[in-house]
Amino acid sequence: MHRFANPARFLKIARPLTGWFFWLGLVLLLAGAGCGLFLTPADYLQGQTVRILYIHVPAAWLGMGGWTGIAIAALMQLVWRHPLAAVAGRAIAGPGALFTAICLATGSIWGRPTWGTWWEWDGRMTSMLVLLFLYLGYIALANASARQAEQGGVSSVTAIFGLVGAVNIPIINRSVVWWNSLHQGPSITLRGSSIDGSLLWPLGLTLLGFSLWFGAIVLMRMRTILARNKVEARMRRLTRG
Amino acid sequence: MNQWAFVTAAYAVTFIGTALVSIHSWRAMRSAERQADALSTRD
Repeated sequence: MHRFANPARFLKIARPLTGWFFWLGLVLLLAGAGCGLFLTPADYLQGQTVRILYIHVPAAWLGMGGWTGIAIAALMQLVWRHPLAAVAGRAIAGPGALFTAICLATGSIWGRPTWGTWWEWDGRMTSMLVLLFLYLGYIALANASARQAEQGGVSSVTAIFGLVGAVNIPIINRSVVWWNSLHQGPSITLRGSSIDGSLLWPLGLTLLGFSLWFGAIVLMRMRTILARNKVEARMRRLTRG
Repeated sequence: MNQWAFVTAAYAVTFIGTALVSIHSWRAMRSAERQADALSTRD
């Protein structure tokens, strides 16, 4: 990873990747959503609302994956002093919060016709809401400490917050096993899936599409931070004369 | 209860949200990189 510690080297790779990730992600996303909406059959129990699966599940995984990324970036910042890790952590927070909010909103919309309620204070939904608050706290902390942080990244306190917040990820994952919940149990695990193949296949497309889109947004935000750093450094040099 | 109304609402929230964040991120990146390039060419 230290090969990419040099911002110039990182940008050389990030510039072409941003477009590729964005457009390929968009194509996969539209293909997956189109197939999920119009080609797959309705569920025998949930009817048409099962189609929310193709956006809700990727949003949930990316919300959790985003915080895992923040925790890894925080570890790299604190232990190895990787100069781009802090920038990456800060860049991930925005799209991570977005996908967590989308997961909560689509889950709520799915819950109304399926469970008869928009919201239930159970383990899964509450821990996911806590994740959204963690993201908002991280963003606020990162913005507030931006001046103390090196090269537009996040301060050490923000990085520690990112690491400690990662404790919520296994809680979200295991919440449907540990507590009784309206939310269904784990239907996709490493051992396989309990969802029928005729319903499951577009999920791969939307999952990959959303992941690439997430990657494109993170790269755009990292490029923004690095460009602003460059401008600020230049302005500082000019003011010093 | 029309189930398609819920499906449409969920997809609309998702696509509007991601589109807004993408556009905001892209515009911020373009503006920041343009500023940085302008300073570099001044050298």
